[in-house]
Amino acid sequence: MEKILLLGFADQASSKLLAEGATVAANLAASLGCSWEVALIGEKVQEAANTLGGSGAAKFYGVEGEDFAFARYSSDLPAAEALLKESQATVILVPGSSRGNRVLSALAMRLGGRADTHITSVTAKEGKVLANRWFYRQRMEACFSRPQRPWVMGLEPGNVAPQTFSASSVQVQMLSVALPDAAKRTKVLGLKYPAGTAQTIRPDAKLLFVAGAGWTKKQADGQIHASEAEKAILDFLSKAQASLGSTKSLVDQSGEGNAVLSFMTHLNQVGQTGSTPRHSKGLATCCHGEEPHVVGWRFVTERRAVNTDANCGWARGKTDVLYVADAFEVMKKVNEILSA
Amino acid sequence: MANAYQIIVCGSLVPDPLQTLEPISTPGGPALKNELMLPAALDPWAGHALFEAANLAKQNPGSQVWLVSLGPKAKLQQLMMSVAQKAAFTFVPVEGNAGGFMSSVDCASALVKAIQGIAGLDMGRVLLFGGWESASRGAGSTLQLVGDALGIHDQFMGVDEIKVREDGSFTVLERVEGACHQESLCAGAPAVLGWATGNLPEPTNNPQVGMMNMRSIMPALQKAVKAEVGLDGVEYVSVSLPKQLRDTRIVKDMPTDEIAREIVEWIKK
Repeated sequence: MEKILLLGFADQASSKLLAEGATVAANLAASLGCSWEVALIGEKVQEAANTLGGSGAAKFYGVEGEDFAFARYSSDLPAAEALLKESQATVILVPGSSRGNRVLSALAMRLGGRADTHITSVTAKEGKVLANRWFYRQRMEACFSRPQRPWVMGLEPGNVAPQTFSASSVQVQMLSVALPDAAKRTKVLGLKYPAGTAQTIRPDAKLLFVAGAGWTKKQADGQIHASEAEKAILDFLSKAQASLGSTKSLVDQSGEGNAVLSFMTHLNQVGQTGSTPRHSKGLATCCHGEEPHVVGWRFVTERRAVNTDANCGWARGKTDVLYVADAFEVMKKVNEILSA
Repeated sequence: MANAYQIIVCGSLVPDPLQTLEPISTPGGPALKNELMLPAALDPWAGHALFEAANLAKQNPGSQVWLVSLGPKAKLQQLMMSVAQKAAFTFVPVEGNAGGFMSSVDCASALVKAIQGIAGLDMGRVLLFGGWESASRGAGSTLQLVGDALGIHDQFMGVDEIKVREDGSFTVLERVEGACHQESLCAGAPAVLGWATGNLPEPTNNPQVGMMNMRSIMPALQKAVKAEVGLDGVEYVSVSLPKQLRDTRIVKDMPTDEIAREIVEWIKK
């Protein structure tokens, strides 16, 4: 008989992820006919535990204190280890935040188990737990099971609609975890945002707008129009409240002394060596749509592209609509309509 | 020599990103069709880790860089033809299956053995570098496991920057949710840094560096230790390509105004 534990973090970034994780845990427990529990790590965990009061979790555990306020491998790992030992769970679901992913493989290994990350779904068939994940950067999907326990799974965010659970006061069994000085060699200083005032990355936006290297190439008049490109893109992002993505070639230009879009950083990069964002719509402009870039579009549902080349990668079944046109002109007109 | 690091970069080969990949079933588990024939490239994030390592070593005289790679010997040799000119390093090859379906635990175990075999290793000076995820398995687990097995308990993933201070401590920027970085201050080596893209462009080829590297690469390849890397008990029920080929509508000769109107309608829908 399996025993399921949802292991999460009680910080600002994790509330939605916790709800998603609780939804997966509750469904899996129902399929297997077993109970499930919650374990939380953070500066204070009671409030986060209360939000899952009506989720059906049988028990709550917590490790809290100043040492556990921030994401740090050397403190999160012993805290998670103590919680797993106390719970004795066999299947551990961890919402796949940067904080969770940083520790879960080592966590499983320390307890004689195994971990798998970026899990997109967990199901049960004839009492057997099955997990799905992508391989080769979203190019093929596998369904698998493994014999080792505990089996720690990092859940990829955005794959389930989180249920709304009623909140109620729950009793949390607190565990005490004392950290040696060696675990405090790293001090988290805080968050740093990219320089500049323009907010270009909006993970919750409906639309992803991707700018390719064509924006900084010579146009029909033989000139580069980087400042016009910047204006058109920023105007559009502001008016459509879209999130900005980029191809590797465009963000790399800043390090290679070419014309650049000043607000573009590697954080904007989508694709093989960038992110794989989840937006319901995506509009690509001035990029070729070749495979290394498009693997980052795997979870963008509706896609359109604007490119001057009718034979570009997008034309080969990678987008719903390809407009063969000049993106400078199109986006200028789009901005005018959005302003009207 | 105040901050003379021993930088160990773990990084291997992946199929060239432009290749079409097709899964097949083999007695040893899932694999890629014609896997041994596919052109290979250095795993992109591991490549960034190598370039950052070389840069850090340059800034801190007395530092050394090792590149520890697991893969089929012949493919590693091919890979070195392109990588050896990019940065100066000592190559530590391990012969084994580097496929994306293979176990990260087996892979980590093989890498740990190889690292522990490096002569003159001083753990107080070690920085373990690698890509935060590979372009094959893409799990972000191998480096973490290697670090933990080596007793390194300061680990950073999705790293874009390291800045070393005079006292040996360093700040690290890690990618976190919300399109920002978490900044941490670490007391010093040893530490694990799983790199994202960093901030450096790909170095240009330097034939002199390549010649110097190749002198040690060929003997190292001949002595490469074999490692058993397998599925670790994982039972694959299915491996399939996504069925997402779209019926693309190619719109030519439509006036710009009309295209713009259509796009706006679509956005607002």
